[in-house]
Amino acid sequence: MHKRALLLAATAAALLAITSACTGGGSAPAEQDALSPTDPSKVTGEVTVLTHRTDLVQDGTMKKYADEFKKTYPNVTIKYDAITDYEGEVKIRMNTENYGDVLMIPAAIQRNDYPKFFASLGGAADLSAKYRFTSNTTVNDKVYGLAGFGGVNGFIYNKEVWAAAGVTKWPTSSEEFLAALAAIKAKGASVPFYTNYKDGWPLSQLGGALGAISCDPKARDKLAAKESPWKAGSDLRAIDTLLFNIVKNQLIESDPATTNWEDSKGLLATGKIATMGLGSWSIVQMQDAAKKAGKDPSIIGYMPFPALPGGKPCAVLGPDYAYAVNIHSKVKPAARAFIDFMTDKSGFAESNQSVAVLKSAPMPAALKPFSEAGVQLIELTQEKAGEVDKIDKLSEIGALSTHDYRQKLVDIARGAAPGDLNGYLDELGKKWVAAVP
Amino acid sequence: MRNMGRLTPWLYLAAPLGLLVIFTYVPVVSMFSYSLTNWDGVSYDSEFVGIDNYVQLFTRPELFQVFFVSLYYLAASLFQIVVALYFAVVLSFKTRFRNFFKGILFFPYLINGVAVGFVFLYFFKQGGTLDSFLGLLGVQSRQFWLGDPDLVNVSLSSVSVWRFLGLNFVLFLGAISAIPSELYEAAEIDGANRWQIFRSIIAPGIKPILGLVTILSISGSLSVFEIPYIMTGGANGSTTFVIQTVKQAFQFDKTGLASAAAVVLLALILLITWIQRKIVPDERNELA
Repeated sequence: MHKRALLLAATAAALLAITSACTGGGSAPAEQDALSPTDPSKVTGEVTVLTHRTDLVQDGTMKKYADEFKKTYPNVTIKYDAITDYEGEVKIRMNTENYGDVLMIPAAIQRNDYPKFFASLGGAADLSAKYRFTSNTTVNDKVYGLAGFGGVNGFIYNKEVWAAAGVTKWPTSSEEFLAALAAIKAKGASVPFYTNYKDGWPLSQLGGALGAISCDPKARDKLAAKESPWKAGSDLRAIDTLLFNIVKNQLIESDPATTNWEDSKGLLATGKIATMGLGSWSIVQMQDAAKKAGKDPSIIGYMPFPALPGGKPCAVLGPDYAYAVNIHSKVKPAARAFIDFMTDKSGFAESNQSVAVLKSAPMPAALKPFSEAGVQLIELTQEKAGEVDKIDKLSEIGALSTHDYRQKLVDIARGAAPGDLNGYLDELGKKWVAAVP
Repeated sequence: MRNMGRLTPWLYLAAPLGLLVIFTYVPVVSMFSYSLTNWDGVSYDSEFVGIDNYVQLFTRPELFQVFFVSLYYLAASLFQIVVALYFAVVLSFKTRFRNFFKGILFFPYLINGVAVGFVFLYFFKQGGTLDSFLGLLGVQSRQFWLGDPDLVNVSLSSVSVWRFLGLNFVLFLGAISAIPSELYEAAEIDGANRWQIFRSIIAPGIKPILGLVTILSISGSLSVFEIPYIMTGGANGSTTFVIQTVKQAFQFDKTGLASAAAVVLLALILLITWIQRKIVPDERNELA
């Protein structure tokens, strides 16, 4: 018996010794660079690209980019590793050295940790002159990631349905927006606003209007202050109040718990759904759905958040996932060459009707109505992004990253959870303030 | 040669023991060491915070409130045990098509949990399978099976019953067929009816298995995850302790706190097992 206990204790001690070494894992590697190669013929190697676009890898679109890239860099082979649960899986893989050569920076990585995981792509001054959104990935004046493309926030809608309800102009206030949805409901043929509550993440897309309502480039940085992001007159309060009222006025689908994102695309195209709150990246997918349903893709419209700061609507221009080079990569020049290809030459942004990261590239056709209507486009400053993200997670609200609190808001609005709008937003505000250092 | 003889069992054991240590004990020990830090799950640095995570767990009532949801699953699993036992007893007698029914009952357990979740999403959808079926019976249902906060946990736990009924059933069936058949024959000669056979022969015979199934049910209902996570993502008041833990770890990057929660869950289940062992000691099968 004693012998057994001794053996057990020895095993436990050995296990502790093994595992304590990998808690938070060792020491960080020294900083490294992955600069653009100058002579394509000298660049060699096999580059593994981690991507969340499983759809584009499956339908061969990504293969076409790899083939196109090979024309300039004949000695480089591109291999894709498409990951369905990108955020969850890559975060775990990043505890090892094996997380591809090129990858999209997962949201879980803190800004200040970028130099420990990724190779620097160059100085902030140089790259920011050429590319948009570099401030989102800059640490100590070095850039660690380049966005694949950018987009604006707003609402995607079916033009025919809106016109049939007699609404031909973009609403300019939350009241007008609600009135328009009510007019669509009165027609009886469509769900005025589809929440996508079950899949959840589309609810977090509404948060993209942060900064658009006040047209304030500092809107996100200001959240680091010790005050409620939902205080009276704030952008988040306006967004969440609008959502609350849409749900309360029963302008949404009858059973939010069984919504289906994949189906919603076809339903919008065929007019069974009138409106959804999604980023402009969704335009292409909705147009594809319209084509599949035998409809004219031009019935898909896109509008900014209903507000007129300074007399004109406003929209925030924000980046999608940013490409980065693994600091442990053995083929850094080739990896960097591929990123340059995707941002500068691939035409990826153009074919997705999104805003190219290359500053010299023209605005996409999908946003033409925006420029015609004189929508002001702003980029949010990122000086306090690290602090704000930390508060967002520490408070367990996830106002800028997840959808749980908006699902609860929808529940309150439809009477499925106790509480009221003001009480709930005040409670969130208190939790937020408590997490501000 | 004699040394070889003593080594042989260890050689056979090496593979399973190795797997057990690598995939069970090492992760448990490292989970415990994470639970004493504020590690975010990926960063190179983390601080040692002592028992702070445990203090948080026990001082924030909202983190323990989710165990209330487990009561639905616990009630469901009691129902499940009764039904499984009923079918096991009925099908252990000579019944027509008994192998066919055994197959039907066990089949759901073989389906992947994620697939089950997706299937039942369509089942519970408004105008979905359940509503259509009720319509055939002349009941016009206007229920939101997953949208109604009073119904959602009942709906979800009934999916869990559907899925795990087969496992309980097979365990009971196995225990019942292990009872020597002479006992039944003797009982029948003595003129015992089915209920008497059940009460005096089957019930005592399956007591150890009943204890095991109870433990599995309790620990299962405390750690429900797959079905609600796939079907509702924890929305609408259906968050269970494990869903909450996963969200802490992967949405809010609080790996330390989540590990502490997992350690507490482990301790809770060990405690319940220990209590159950004390109340119902694992005595040797009286019939064997």
